[in-house]
This record gives sequence, C-alpha cells and structure tokens, in this order.
Amino acid sequence: MKRLMVTLLLTALAMAGCASSSDTLRLATTTSTYDSGLLDAILPVFEAKFGVNVEVVAVGTGQALSLGEAGDADVVLVHARAREDAFVAAGYAPARFDVMYNDFVIVGPEDDPVGIGDAADAVEAFRRIAAAQARFASRGDESGTNFKELSIWEAAGITPEGDWYDSIGQGMGSTLEFSQETGSYTLTDRGTFIAQQANLEGMAVLFGGDTIDANPDLRLLNPYGVMPVNGDNDDLAMDFVEWLTSVETQQAIADFRSPSGEPLFFPDSVEWRSGGG
Amino acid sequence: MSTYTLHGLRHAYGDRTVVDIPNLEITEGEVFGIVGPSGAGKSTLLRLLNFLEQSTAGAITFGGHAVPKEPPLEMRRRVTTVFQRPVLLNRSCRENLVFGLRLRDRDPDPGAVEEWIVRLGLEDLADAPARTLSGGEAQRVAIARALLVEPDALLLDEPTSNLDPHNVARIERLVSEVRSEQRTTVVLVTHNVHQARRLADRVGLMIGGRMVEVAPTEEFFESPKEEKTAAFLRGDLVY
Amino acid sequence: MCADMRGLVEAFTDALALLIAGDAALWEVVWLTLRVTGAALFIATLVGIPVGVTLGLSRRVPLRGLLIPLIYTGMGLPPVVVGLFVYLFLSREGPLGGLGWLFSPTGMIVAQTILALPLVVGLTMAAVESTDPALPLQLEALGATRRQVAATTLLEVRGGVSAAIVAAFGAIISEVGAVMLVGGNIAGETRVLTTAIVLETRKGNFALALALGVVLLLLAFAANFTFYRLEGRGRSA
Repeated sequence: MKRLMVTLLLTALAMAGCASSSDTLRLATTTSTYDSGLLDAILPVFEAKFGVNVEVVAVGTGQALSLGEAGDADVVLVHARAREDAFVAAGYAPARFDVMYNDFVIVGPEDDPVGIGDAADAVEAFRRIAAAQARFASRGDESGTNFKELSIWEAAGITPEGDWYDSIGQGMGSTLEFSQETGSYTLTDRGTFIAQQANLEGMAVLFGGDTIDANPDLRLLNPYGVMPVNGDNDDLAMDFVEWLTSVETQQAIADFRSPSGEPLFFPDSVEWRSGGG
Repeated sequence: MSTYTLHGLRHAYGDRTVVDIPNLEITEGEVFGIVGPSGAGKSTLLRLLNFLEQSTAGAITFGGHAVPKEPPLEMRRRVTTVFQRPVLLNRSCRENLVFGLRLRDRDPDPGAVEEWIVRLGLEDLADAPARTLSGGEAQRVAIARALLVEPDALLLDEPTSNLDPHNVARIERLVSEVRSEQRTTVVLVTHNVHQARRLADRVGLMIGGRMVEVAPTEEFFESPKEEKTAAFLRGDLVY
Repeated sequence: MCADMRGLVEAFTDALALLIAGDAALWEVVWLTLRVTGAALFIATLVGIPVGVTLGLSRRVPLRGLLIPLIYTGMGLPPVVVGLFVYLFLSREGPLGGLGWLFSPTGMIVAQTILALPLVVGLTMAAVESTDPALPLQLEALGATRRQVAATTLLEVRGGVSAAIVAAFGAIISEVGAVMLVGGNIAGETRVLTTAIVLETRKGNFALALALGVVLLLLAFAANFTFYRLEGRGRSA
C-alpha cells in the first residue's frame, strides 16, 4: 500500500513536472516576440490543426537557449544568429530555420541632443553618443537585442562604460521606460517601440527611418530563427517548424499588424522566398 | 507629623463614585490597615495615594506638601506600591531587587542587597531568572524591591492573598520588622481582618468608597462604634 | 526524468567556484544589497520601535482603531505594489520627481523602508502587548518616568523586537519587486542580489544565479543566527 502511494506520488510529480507529453509543445521564445502579440494571433491555428496545446515561455534569449539545452523546451524561437548557430553546432538541434525579420532602431529624446539623425550608419550614431557621453540605456540581459547592441559597439571600436552607460538587465519594455525617465538613448526593436509608443511621450525613432524599408543600415535587420530541439518530442517539434515556415503561416505573419496598424514582422522562410513571397 | 492628609477626596468613574473620603490623616511611621468587602474602593484609594491616578475632587497633602495635579518626580518616588500579584521583570532576582534604585539612578549598596537576599531566603536563587520563582518568592522579591528604595510610604495592596500560610507569615514578619527599622509609613489593604489586626496600628473599614470607621486596632476590633463594623467583623455581608 | 541532474550539479559546482574566487562583480552586488537593506532597516527600526512601543502601551492613541488595521495590512504589502507607487512618486512626472531619486539606491531605500516599517511597528506592538498588562502600572508605582516605562518594556520584549527586526530584514533583503522597479537593476549602481538573480536566470547563467542565491541565503541565515544568539544571551542573563 505504502509503495503504491509512493509510486502514485512520483508519477503525479513526473506528470506535473515534465511537459514532454505528446499533446503539449513547449516553445521558448523572447519577450519581444511574445509581447508583440504575434504568437497569440497565429498559434491557435497550429493548436487546432494538430490538436495540441502550445505552452509559450517568454524569457531572454540566453534563458530560452538554456531551456532548450536542458530539454525543458521543445522548440526555440529567438533572434541571436551567432548563438543559434552555436546551439546547432553543439548538437542541441538538427538545424536552424529562417522565420522572419524585423529591424532595430535607435530611439531617444525627440530633440536628439547628440544629433544622430543624419549619421551614415548605426556605428556612426553610436560613436556620436559615446563621444558626447550622452546617456545610453543597455538591456544588459544577453538578449538578442543586447547582443546586437554590443556588436555595434564592437564595430565602433568602443568599450561602453562609465556614468553615461547604464546596463539595466531588464526587458525591452522596462528599458524603454527607463530611457524615457532618464532621457537616455537606447537600441530597440521597432515592434516593441511602436507597441509602447503611446506611453513613451517625448521619445522618437532617431535613427532607423520611419519603416523597415527606410532603415539606412542593413546591420540593424533582425532575423528570427526557429530550432526544433533534439529530445522526447522531436516529431511534434518538427511539425511546428514546418508549419511556422509554411507559406500559409508566413502569410499570416505578413498580415499581422500592431494595434496602430503597422506591420511588425516580415516573413522570410525558405518556402516563402521561393514560393509566395 | 502626618504622611498623608486627605480633604474631601472623591474619585469617580463616570457617575459612579468609588472613593469619597471627607477627612483622613495617616501618621508618619504607622501601619494603617484598610479592610472592607471587594469593590469598596480600597485599591483605588491606594492608586490615589501613589499618585497613579488623579482624583476627581479634593486634596491630598503628602509629607506636609499639597500634592499638585502632576506630582513632581521626587514626590512620586517617595511612595511605592506592592500589588497583590508581583510583577517582576524578565531578569535575575538580583536585578529585580535593585530595579527601583536603577530607576532613580542610584547605585545599590552591594552589602544591603546581599543582606536582603539572605533575609528573603533567596541565596540560591539570587542569580536565577525571576520567572523561575514561586509566587511566594516573587512576592518577597517585590516587597524587598520596594523597601530598597526606602520610601516614606509603602502601600501594600492585598500582598498575601495569593500565598500559602507559610509565605503569609514570612511576609507579615518582614513588614513588621522593616517598619520598626525604617519607620516607613505602611498602608495595608487586606480583606483578611486577622492580618490587619496582627500588623496595623490603626484600622479603617471602607464600604462603598467611604471610611465607615477608623480606630486604633484594639478599639476597632474590641469595641467598634459603628454597627456596620461589628457586622463586618462578625462576617456578615455589609455594603 | 525530464531534466537531467547534471545541470544542477554543474551549476552548484560553478557557483561554489565563483564564490571562492570572490568575483568582484558579485561582491559589488552583495555590498550594495547590504547598504540598501541596512539603511532601510536602520530607518525603519529607528522610527518603528518607538511607534510600536507607543501603540503597544497606550490604548488612547488617536485613530488607533484605524491605524492598527492599516499596520497589519502594511505587514503584508506586496513589494511590487510599493515599488509601483514609489516609482510613480519619484518619476520625473511624479510629485517628487525633482529629487532625482528614481533609479538610485536612495529610491530603493525609500521603497524598502516603506516595506519594513509596518513589520517593525506591528511586531514590536504585538510584543509589547504580550507583556503583563500590569507592568506599566507597577513601573510607575516604582517611580519610573514615562520614558523609563517605555524603555523597560522595550527591554522586557527584546526577544520580540529582535524577531521584528529579523523579520523585516528577511522580508526586504529577499524582495525583488520594489527594488527592480525603483532601482532599475543598473549594473554597478542599483543591482542587488535579488534583481541580479532574476537577470542571471533570464540569461541562462544558472551558476552565477545560484551563487547569488547562496549568498542571499547565507546573509538571511547570518542575521537570524546573530539575533538568535543575542536573544539567547539575553534570556540567560
């Protein structure tokens, strides 16, 4: 009797603790993807089609990849190319697939005290900010955005440190609020900035153009990749990747709009590029 | 010389008068016993005499000085009360003994303290936490604590009513001893008429806030003037 | 099992290595945590103990009936809500925006003081109320001034007051909501143990997160241990 109880207890724990049952798919992704509302818009289609439940864990890129490494997530959808490739190289996923892209912009006080608006590229804009020691807020959370920012500093040959540079270790939303409050510049994905712009009085896109097509710096493009994790749930994970990159879903991504009616993501899968797109 | 003189002293809670004493004098060095049924106002009178409450009306003089509304600290510190239930601090016996002196910023005379410890029979318990004491031991500490500050007036509010006969005898002996040594004026409230007879020089019967009769002990017990006193001493219900 | 144990063991080993190596960034975070929490606790104790003793001793404090439920509510204030209010007050557009305290250790101290104060007041008050109700009268009868009554009562309940301080310390050193919002988790400026743990976990740096967690637990343990010893000595004196 006692042994039965222990067995039952362990089974219950195992069931509660592990989500790798075949009717649930756990997707680890970044907060910026989740906060945009895109997943809420497209995931129900997948869930209906395959009769499964998708659990979304929205964390930083670093933790999303760690979840995949530990087998706690079945699929990883992030935007940090170098780390994605390393993830595949380490054997955690069979491959990485292009999904979509959007772009980064540099935002700050709308009067642009440093005058980065007419910079040739993002590197030049960052140089001007550093030269003027204007306040700059960094995500500092090893997110895809943070990696992009650091790569620009590197290209500019600058090690950002000092009183003017705040590494705040928080999500994009909090970083934008921080920037508004302190009058700082920051690098953000365009989608999150648009989504929050109503609350960010006094802030504007200072470098990166009004739309993605007007962005003068290709370096600021932000590609998203999806990776099915090698593990107990391979089949469903692969189904998800195929579905996400299919022309049909890619069209849905293209049609997705911010509440203010602007496109936030641009489809970019191989299927899309060779077929419908 | 009188320690206390009371004139038209009245104390009321709302419209219920609990103490109403037109005139009373308590002489220096005497033991004044107060007996009476519960609710007669005996404890309230003691609180007034210790300046712990302000009377509704009337005047008290203490040691020849009128007691003002807010008695000065020096005056307050010449009186102290030992209550029915000893309230000791969560410290050692010794610390409790000298606590009254500490409040007065006076350094205790170590010899005097040791003498008291011996006298109280607490040699083995002197450094024990006070909460380990029995009721009788605790009350002995409380009385010694009060006497160590050498008050002009020591007020005892039913000091032995929770104690066994052995401890009652011990404490009564203590009171009569110190009284002859220190010439402290003692006001003893007790429901035990025998105790009053054993210890007091004069006794007053208090009923319903009034002093029905005040007389030297012998006279009070042998030939009471008032019918109520006689009835009370017989053990009849009086009110 | 779904997650392998190796990850956990590895994280623990790495955490120990970090602690032993005395990582500079780690100690900077620890030091700031102690400064912020220490300052908040100091202010809360300085204000809270007299208020707690007064409320515990006197039944005639005006608005007592309103004050006490407020204090009890305050003892369970959600840190993130306190953080939100402090944020709004200290924000540039807020009434105290001119102070420039948002995203500074000072702002964090304000928030943590607000969290700690009701705990210190409430638990001190409860400790004082647990004393013999006849104690103040006996002390007065022995010739104590009002101040001496309060001081003696406070000494009587030193165990309870120590517990109040430890409880407040434990509550604020381990809270993340208020310091994250008000401090902003700026590296080297307002990053404390709890916000660093959140960040490092998000980054997937489990070893560092765990190392920080161990330090936090050790600090909480050290505080409890110290007060326990003090209390023990007080009792046997």
